[in-house]
Parts: sequence; C-alpha cells; structure tokens
Amino acid sequence: MTSDVPALAALRRSPVAARRLLVFTCFLVTAVTLTPIVMMVLVAFQSDTESMAARPSLWPGSWHPENIGRAFDLVPLGRYLLNTIIFAGGTALLETATAALAAYAFARLRFRGRGLLFGVYLTTLMIPSQVTLIPQFILVAKMHGVDTWPGMILPHAFTALGVFLLRQFFLGVPRDYEEAARLDGANRWQTFIRVIIPLAIPAIATLAVFKFISQWNNLLWPLVISNSDSTRTAAVGLQVFQSTNGTQWNLLLMAAAITTVPLIVLFFLTQRWFVKGITMSGLGGR
Amino acid sequence: MAAPTHTAATAAPRRTPRGPLRVRRPRRHGSETLAAWLFLLPSLAGFLVFTAGPVIAAGVISLLDWNLFSPPRFIGLDNFARLGPDDTFWSALGNTAYFTFVSVPLTLLVSLGLALLLNQGLRRMAVFRSLLLLPYATITVAVAFVWVWLYIPHDGLINAVLGVFGIDGPAWLISDDWAMPALIVMSVWKSFGFGMVIFLAGLQAIPQQLYEAAKVDGASPWRTFREVTLPLLSPSVFFTVVTSIIGSFQVFDQALVMTDGGPGTSTTTLVMYIYRTGFENYEQGYAAAQSMVLFAFIVVITAAQFLLQRRLVHYDL
Repeated sequence: MTSDVPALAALRRSPVAARRLLVFTCFLVTAVTLTPIVMMVLVAFQSDTESMAARPSLWPGSWHPENIGRAFDLVPLGRYLLNTIIFAGGTALLETATAALAAYAFARLRFRGRGLLFGVYLTTLMIPSQVTLIPQFILVAKMHGVDTWPGMILPHAFTALGVFLLRQFFLGVPRDYEEAARLDGANRWQTFIRVIIPLAIPAIATLAVFKFISQWNNLLWPLVISNSDSTRTAAVGLQVFQSTNGTQWNLLLMAAAITTVPLIVLFFLTQRWFVKGITMSGLGGR
Repeated sequence: MAAPTHTAATAAPRRTPRGPLRVRRPRRHGSETLAAWLFLLPSLAGFLVFTAGPVIAAGVISLLDWNLFSPPRFIGLDNFARLGPDDTFWSALGNTAYFTFVSVPLTLLVSLGLALLLNQGLRRMAVFRSLLLLPYATITVAVAFVWVWLYIPHDGLINAVLGVFGIDGPAWLISDDWAMPALIVMSVWKSFGFGMVIFLAGLQAIPQQLYEAAKVDGASPWRTFREVTLPLLSPSVFFTVVTSIIGSFQVFDQALVMTDGGPGTSTTTLVMYIYRTGFENYEQGYAAAQSMVLFAFIVVITAAQFLLQRRLVHYDL
C-alpha cells in the first residue's frame, strides 16, 4: 500500500549503509543536544572581555581556570551547594522512607478503606504544587519555620507519587518470598526490612534519584521560604548572582556549570540503575 | 513455635478456594489492620498536614482578602470576580495554554523519535542514551542562562547558525512573537530525556515475536509501527502525556530567568502571575483564587485524558 521512497528502499537493501546513516544520525542529534552544555563550559572559561564582547566567540581565546575561584568568591556558592544537598537529600530520604512504608501497606496488607484511601492519594497526583504553595507558606510561617531546614524540607517530603511508584513495584514481588520468611519466624517488620526492601533497591533508588534531581531543580519553594544564605539553595543563589552581577557571562555560566556538575555526576553514576527501575516499576508500559 | 501453624491456617483458604472468592479471615484481620495503619502513619501524617490540609486551606484562603500582615477579611467570591476584568490573568492563562499545547506534542515527538532511533539495536546505544539524557539532569535555572546567551540577538550562536542558511533570525527573547517559541524550544530540549527513557523501556517490553509475525505478513515498516509499536506503547505515551501536561501548566523557572514574563506580558505564565500576586503584591487571597482556577483546568484536562484513555490506550493485546 505504501509506495517506498527510492532512497529508503535502497537503504533497506544495503544494511551497512542503513547502519551508517543510523549511527551518523545519532551522532548528529547528540552533538546538537549537547551544544548548550558544551557552550556553558566553554564560555565559563573565557576572559571577562571575551565573554562580554558584542560578538560572542565560541572557543575561548585564552583559558581562565581562575574563573572557578572567582565564582565562589562573588557569592557563597559553596554554601549554596551544601544547602542544596541538605534540601534535596533530606526530602529524597524522607520521601523514600515514608513512601516505602505506605506502599507496603497498600500493596500487601488488608485493611478497611484501603481502596478509598489509595484513591485519595492518587487524586492528589493532579494537584499542582502552586495550589498548596500559599497555604504551605502560611503554615510554615506560623510555625516559625521560614528559613529553617524543617520548614524547607517537610512540606516537600510527602508525595503520592512515591507511594504510587513503590506500590506498583511491591505488587510485582512474589508473595512466596514473604511466606518463606514468615515460615522462618520473621514478623511483618522483619519481612519488610529483610525481604521486600532489598528486592526493591532499584525502585527505591530510582525514586530517590528522581526526587533528588527534582528538588535540586526546585526554584519556587526555596525562593519563597528561604531568605538568607543559611538555607538558600543553588537555584535561588544563581538568581541572586544574576541580579547582583548583571550579565557577566563567564562568571554567571561558571556558577551555573558548577551547580550542575554534582547533578550530572550523580546522574551518570545511577542512571543504569534507574533505567532498570523505570522498566521494573511498570512505568514503561506493561 | 506458633508461626508455622498460623501461616498454614491462613494460607490454606487461598490455595484451595471453595465457593465465593472473598474468604473472610477474622483471625488475622485485627493485627493486620493495626500493622497497616502503623506502616501508613508517617506518610499519612505528612500527607494530611502538608497536602490535604493545604488544598482545603487554599479553597478557604481564596475567599479572603489577606495580605499576610493584617487580619484576613472574608469577601466571598470577590477574588474570583476580579479575575474577569484582569487582562494579565487571561494573558497568563493564554500563554500557559500556548506553552502547553505546543511544547507537549513537540516533546513527545522528539522523545518518541529518539527512543525509536536508539532502539534500532545500536551497539553503543547506552552511550548515546546517557548523553541524550544529560539535559534532563541539568538545573533549569542554570541552563536557562546558557539559553539566554545562545539567544542573544544578531550575534548569538543560534542566529549565527541560522545566518549560515541565509536566515535572518529574530531578536528571540525580546520579541513579542518569538519569546514564547524560544522558551518552548529550550523546554523541549530540557525535558525530552524523561519521555525518551520511558519510551525506551516501553519499546523494550514489546515481544519480539510480534515484529517477526508482522514481517511474515509482509507489513511495511510504517504499518508495523502503527499497528504493533504504537498500540503496545500507548500506556507509556499516556503516562508521558499526562505528566508532561501537568508539568507544563506549572512552567515557571525558565520563564523567570529568560524573559521575566516579558516582553510586556507575552511570556507571563500562570504560575509566575500567582507568585507575583502572592509574594510580591502580598495578595494571598487573590493568588489562591488564581491557583484554584489553575487546579480546575488541570483536573478537567486530566479527566478528559482518562476518558480518552479508555478508547486509545491498550493495556494488552
């Protein structure tokens, strides 16, 4: 029914050419995709005059590694990074722990109202965080939590998404494993900790990494709730950097690159894991 | 020990179901209910305090005139009535819709295209996959600055590249017409990796025999894609569409950094307007009313998608 484009037909007859075209396309797409990230790094190492020139140059005429130190001197970037680790790490840890417990109850234990409660959890997946932004801010402000770690972390440490993902995964764990543990005399808590959790490590790690990335990225909540350097995160810090330093491109992009590096490293270290986690939690389809 | 006998007693009815399937197990039920609530407690407490409570509170606050400093005053639906003549609100709503309905299909096409490309059995697939996922692993605020730099009028990299093809590029971020497309391009770049991974996982779950069967039947690649790949991938597509629409309705970071809502109000998004109203003008009631409208839109659109899902998504074949 379809009339073949001659070039495509030729490609199909010659697998080698087809393969080369495929690899070439991959290279091209990857190169285009990475351009902004590469540019960020290149401009970060340019001299002040070069990066401010009317006609921006792509390759640094001279390299200025001292820009790294200058970025740290202009704003307390180290402090901001530490704050981001506390904020993103704290929310990720707390969320994963509470979600795993709740998901186990939803997946494995029977109790009255289970279906209804899970339905309520699912509904909240739709609630945009902006709806809760104002009440959460008022709540935290009333409890004198503005600019404190509990105030930053707690409102973002409980989401239905984590419960939903881990429940999906727990449902797929064969019941026989648990029964075997029971026969050995383990109680429910021991079964959970020693059988379910170790099996669920990829799914739990996936959830933790996703949460860490999204909180490292979170601008709105820290912007609202932190108002000093003691809790300011890197995302908010970059905003401050911009307003206090105009557009000094080399230092601004150096600061941007520095705040991105930890995330990229974490991502590279864990991505094999979480591609597997996505497949196993059934998100990828069936 | 008591454990073996009591496990045997509960396991028996499940293995040999007689009569109706719902077998009551009164002996274990009490302790199981207690255990379930204990497991649920931390999550449920946080959920009630920080999600359920605030959602209800948002509804109440939307009925108040409140600047956070003086005591709140109940004004009924006045905040919602104010939305009618508020041009900025409608333009923010329009901008958000524009952003969503262009960026979501684009992101979807790019993610799906790349997932299909990477799924062709390349040997170095994992390397390409990791590299293509990099934009997703960057901080929006940080990369938004690079994009501002790329979009510099006249001599910015993007216009320089367009110039090679003889195209005189627009003044992207300071142009009424082009600022939003510029934001969309950046957002697609930032977020396609997520969909790509989901689609790759979905593609790899499709049984290979189906493709072999299609081949035996002499189906063209396009037909195979339409009748085998797409239906079997539809749950992943559905998941990605729902999550990216919800995400797009909340776009904020890149607009704040790249255009600050301008020029004029051409890139002011709903969330930016909510933020300004609540935390720059301190009109918490009015901001809450706006967020309720945003919520309503998301509910309507998500519900529509779930209705469509029944017809378009195939969970098994």
